[in-house]
Amino acid sequence: MTEEIVVVGGGTGGTVLANRLADRLEPAIESGDAHVTVINDGEYQYYKPAYLYVPFGKKTVEEAKRPLSDLLDRHVELRVDRVTGLDTDAKSVSLEDGDDMAYDHLVMATGATLDPEEVPGLAEGGHHFYGPEGTESLRDELADFEEGHLVLSVIGVPHMCPAAPLEFVFMADDWLRQRGLREDIEITYTYPIQRAHGLQSVADWATPKLADRDINLETFFNAERVDPEEQVLETMEGNELDYDLLVAIPPHTASELVSEAGLGDTWVDVDRATLEAEQAEDVYAIGDVADVPTSKAGSVAHYEAGVVADRIASRVRGQTPTSVYDGKTVCFIETGMDEATFVEFGYGDEPTMREPSKPVHWAKLGYNESYWLTARGLL
Amino acid sequence: MSDTPTPDVEIDSRGATCPGPLMDLIGKVKEVEAGTTIELLTSDEGSKNDVPEWLDEAGHELLTIEAVDDHWAIYVETT
Repeated sequence: MTEEIVVVGGGTGGTVLANRLADRLEPAIESGDAHVTVINDGEYQYYKPAYLYVPFGKKTVEEAKRPLSDLLDRHVELRVDRVTGLDTDAKSVSLEDGDDMAYDHLVMATGATLDPEEVPGLAEGGHHFYGPEGTESLRDELADFEEGHLVLSVIGVPHMCPAAPLEFVFMADDWLRQRGLREDIEITYTYPIQRAHGLQSVADWATPKLADRDINLETFFNAERVDPEEQVLETMEGNELDYDLLVAIPPHTASELVSEAGLGDTWVDVDRATLEAEQAEDVYAIGDVADVPTSKAGSVAHYEAGVVADRIASRVRGQTPTSVYDGKTVCFIETGMDEATFVEFGYGDEPTMREPSKPVHWAKLGYNESYWLTARGLL
Repeated sequence: MSDTPTPDVEIDSRGATCPGPLMDLIGKVKEVEAGTTIELLTSDEGSKNDVPEWLDEAGHELLTIEAVDDHWAIYVETT
């Protein structure tokens, strides 16, 4: 009997996982004892971290995508379709084309999506760099923006890539200085809690840097309404902030499959070590869709994928799974157009902050190019 | 007899680290009517400071904070 392993989602987590399974289970796959399918609702994978560079003209949206068929091992079946239903009792998924697929092991790797409609006026009044159309639109706005108030408002938490909002303002500051426009453009960064970032050490590191760069910091700032006509942000705390160009981190949400299948209210409730769903048997979640106490970051999806692949491979071989995820997270943080730092931490750890440097920035640019080796399971 | 408020809404943020519990509370406050009593369960000790600070800033009322086994129950009334 063939062990059917179904991976829903062909992002970083889904491809790393499927390729690791193909490596671990190659003999079983070749003998027909195991079968790995990745279901994705499109033919391409998008490398979202590249979108941070698009507004500054340093990357294009087109270079941030690859066909999934180029990324997946030949032992993995790619099915381009949309999962419309999930029955964890019957252990099957329903597809848009009408088929049902049975599974023995299911991995939810459906990521996070933007939900700007949750904040009235945000879709009309705000820009973002979290998707292809958004980041291209922001590039065009920023190119013509020569004076006024640039506001970066973190509205949705949790959000993908927790360092990106700080990176954006540091890069914008540097980029505007290089173009001789900084004196005519005020920059403000807002964050929902009482400090500049969720991690205390990152907040302590960033706050004096924001001050040095003449970037205003507003905390306890939870935008609940945007008035696109008057160009004003209104907050739950009763404050207002005028803007000329608003760059917002929109609220995020997950696929409705999660709540419809009873796997969690928004994100999938999982055991933070095994990444097994708490509400269903033989279901795992990795990447942004998994509710674990660390960042929604590509590195998290990458490391989680390895753990779940090892656990499923053990199960298929009839062995007791022992691989666990310890919360390992690695994030580069750009601090300008030519310097960066990085953080590495696990569950409950505060990262050690290092002084930014050019070599780390170059490493980040290098990784942006070599990321596709990660997706292929090689790096 | 206990002075523990009777909540209208419960948020279970146990296991989440900062700023998870506070953001869960902020999200819920956005949804509910004024006068709603919310119970926030958190295992993150920092919530004992973060939550009252935000309530003060946003003008909602902190009713009480109770230590329960390995977590805290924070009771809030929206205004």
